[in-house]
Amino acid sequence: MLALKNKTNFDWKLKYCKMKPQTQDISLKDLMVELFEENREVIFRHDTPDLKARRLIAFDEFKRTGFPHNKIENWRNTDLKRTLEASYQYYFEPTFRQGIDLQHIFRCDIPHLQTDMISQLNGWFISENGSLKKTRQGVIIGSLAAASQHYPELVSEWLGKLADNTRSGFVALNNAFATDGVFIYVPDNVQVEMPLQMVNIINHDREIFVQNHNLVILGKNSHLQLVQCDDSVDHQRSLVNTVTEVVVGENSILDHYKLQNKNDASTLINTVFFHLERDAKLSTNAITLNGGIIRNENYITLNGEGCDANIMGVYLVDKFQHVDNQVFVDHAKPNCTSNELFKGIVDDHARAVFNGHILVRKDAQKTSAYQNNKNILLTDKATVNSKPFLEIYADDVKCSHGATVGQLDQNAMFYLKSRGIGEVNARMLLMYAFAAEIINDIKIEPLRIRIDDMVKKRLRGELSICEQCVLHCSTMEKPVEFEIDLSKI
Amino acid sequence: MAKENNNIIDEVTTSDYKYGFYTDIEMDTAPKGLNEDIIRLISAKKNEPGWLLDFRLKAYRYWLTLKEPTWAHLHHPPIDYNDIIYYAAPKKKKELASLDEVDPELLDTFNKLGISLEEQKRLSGVAVDAVIDSVSVKTTFSKTLEKLGIIFCSFSEAVQNHPDLVKKHMGTVVPYTDNYFAALNSAVFTDGSFCYIPKGVRCPVELSTYFRINAANTGQFERTLIVGDEESYVSYMEGCTAPQRDENQLHAAIVEIIAMKDAEVKYSTVQNWYPGNAKGEGGIYNFVTKRGICRGANSKISWTQVETGSAITWKYPSCILMGDNSVGEFYSVAVTNNYQQADTGSKMIHLGKNTKSTIISKGISAGRSNNSYRGLVKISKRAENARNFSQCDSLLLGDKCGAHTFPYIETENKSSIVEHEATTSKISDDQLFYCQQRGISAESAIGLIVNGYAKEVLKKLPMEFAVEAQKLLSISLEGSVG
Repeated sequence: MLALKNKTNFDWKLKYCKMKPQTQDISLKDLMVELFEENREVIFRHDTPDLKARRLIAFDEFKRTGFPHNKIENWRNTDLKRTLEASYQYYFEPTFRQGIDLQHIFRCDIPHLQTDMISQLNGWFISENGSLKKTRQGVIIGSLAAASQHYPELVSEWLGKLADNTRSGFVALNNAFATDGVFIYVPDNVQVEMPLQMVNIINHDREIFVQNHNLVILGKNSHLQLVQCDDSVDHQRSLVNTVTEVVVGENSILDHYKLQNKNDASTLINTVFFHLERDAKLSTNAITLNGGIIRNENYITLNGEGCDANIMGVYLVDKFQHVDNQVFVDHAKPNCTSNELFKGIVDDHARAVFNGHILVRKDAQKTSAYQNNKNILLTDKATVNSKPFLEIYADDVKCSHGATVGQLDQNAMFYLKSRGIGEVNARMLLMYAFAAEIINDIKIEPLRIRIDDMVKKRLRGELSICEQCVLHCSTMEKPVEFEIDLSKI
Repeated sequence: MAKENNNIIDEVTTSDYKYGFYTDIEMDTAPKGLNEDIIRLISAKKNEPGWLLDFRLKAYRYWLTLKEPTWAHLHHPPIDYNDIIYYAAPKKKKELASLDEVDPELLDTFNKLGISLEEQKRLSGVAVDAVIDSVSVKTTFSKTLEKLGIIFCSFSEAVQNHPDLVKKHMGTVVPYTDNYFAALNSAVFTDGSFCYIPKGVRCPVELSTYFRINAANTGQFERTLIVGDEESYVSYMEGCTAPQRDENQLHAAIVEIIAMKDAEVKYSTVQNWYPGNAKGEGGIYNFVTKRGICRGANSKISWTQVETGSAITWKYPSCILMGDNSVGEFYSVAVTNNYQQADTGSKMIHLGKNTKSTIISKGISAGRSNNSYRGLVKISKRAENARNFSQCDSLLLGDKCGAHTFPYIETENKSSIVEHEATTSKISDDQLFYCQQRGISAESAIGLIVNGYAKEVLKKLPMEFAVEAQKLLSISLEGSVG
């Protein structure tokens, strides 16, 4: 069992597989293939026969495709060469830094936000109250490994069904390898009271490669607010490959938030597959504040009439950071709407990539789909690559897309300066206003205030990874305000 | 009754391509297939200098190392490059000096196409270079142009008479290593047009080339090179047609435009190759590489295209904006009907400071066709204050067609502004209803609305083309309503 008995003392015998040091001749792909062959029993230990079969199919797909490279169209602007050349440790059992204080690591939460916290450390589900729990409302929350033992029908109905191996080598690899992650099940007609917060923190004394697989199932007429946080505590290099499968049942509503604040040496591949049934509503919002290479892939299938998907994101990147947002919306059925809005501020040598793809299938009439990507480039060293694609096979549709790359509006700057606001503050204000369009859409009020605060800090350059704490402060001492006398405006 | 209906359907489906006739002219053809001997044969037939043969062979050897690209949103059976005749020319007895000596059959062909060489020469003041099956048959007006120092002739003549100019500029904009079809063209191109406007000269007439594929089983590989020297201006037009045949024919052309300091080159084309029949049989595979370079400061290149023909169109007229303050423009209307497929768009590469580019693309798809816009706007680090505006709209007529947009935007400069917008929709029912209640039939109403939709681009065409293009639009969409 993965339950944690003593939070400071780890006396389990860790069974982990140390990866062989990489050399020029042997690539990470070959190492992974070798690792899979050598550890079949460990990987398959919780699997039902059909899950095992799915793993093998995924493994074959990975053997065929390997890791993505720049020659693949969707990966043209995201170079993983350096990430994949590094050597990592791969563990098949929960592993943590010796003598770690879990309370300390997860102590930072969002003030005034009552959430049900689901903690993952290095991709492993950890909890003090057992690995699987059922709330008063009948919501099942726990580790995927435990769920596949206790609720095999629920898990095998969806696990690996949405995560299409052919999408990328990472998805296939995750489907083949991942043995743990978070499992959430919301039964029919349940409005979950408290937002759920999944936090995956990477903290290890070695350079690790983490793969976790989450499964979220919403029944009919239910409602869930889900916050997915990816954080790292130290400056250790890591590679995280997360795949999340989300089923939103008929007439259900899911509000999904991704909060990403990782160190500059980390690589995060966060792939989410959303499957919407009739009249379901999805709102997903990716907030990327810091990270080495962050790639968010969203695959959204609108598989019933009357679906509505709202896909948003904001990214604030600087130094040599790289953020890549991939959104694929599949309008498979008529009368659906989708709306994409991604905004970003790109500073220093950073690079932002946006690749939106809307597919409207033959019979998906009365579709309306919008796509928008707006970027502010602050330096000549920074790069923006934007590819808003439309692929449309139905005629009675309204689709449009737009993309802009520019800088802060000179007229607005002049206006603010003429009102006595200094250059620096005027810039801050305009950048903040630019990002605020996304932030204001966050429906969980304490989270909105928190993110608002973090964005302000980030824009002032105050937010960065520190040794002790990911979220920097457990309490906000005072709300961050701009040094602007608003009465002057 | 059913028979009568069939007749009407036949009429509609065959009436839409009026250039589908075939002229029986005595042809001089090379054997089918592609190898070094064929290239040597083409080169020898055209009496080419050694450097050009070397260029061809280099391109051919490079082509052998390449694979046919598959990234475009196009589906077609594999092309057998050895089943194509790479050289077909009307048999020439001697050099022609006046129109009277041209094969009357040939003149007849051009009359049928509405390109009366003689008439055009007198009336419209357009200089025409007619290229049939890859070989230039007649260039009008060259005498008048000569006085101004303008060189406008077939590519082979240019190779003979102005080898220095050709050698200096050929392949500098589209090198043979550029892509699969450019390499193929560089190896086997047979003719094309060459145009040089000297320093400070404003070309008084529109220059025009008319391309026609006539013979069966042949591919057409022509190469156009337009050089606008400093402070010059030229407006160049190109048109093309082909006979109606059941098999697919390959057309892989290269167009290179060079604009020096303060020069302006306007390039317009109405592409009307045979699009195949209503079942999607036959038609031209059109794989074309078109690129212009604004080499000097303040230069301008403008592409205007109306794409109505071809079973497959693969074409991305591009501008490399190298000189400071240079301007690139791209205006396009692409219409696809039946089983036609088009993957077309533009590339704007901003290198110089204060460079500006505009892309206006209007796609119209009907029947079971697929129409894609694919474009790239790249702002390099040095391109300060670069500005781009792109608008790509798609119109869908019918529920079995597809309209796609694949724009690429790459920006590396903070002072640049790039804007892209696109919409996809069908013809608004309100507009259609309005026209119909005013007594305009559904078909003419659609013609009217489509023309209005494409107006922004059509008005950029030279007058001679604008009328033809408007007619073409309605012909291409005939039978697509209902």
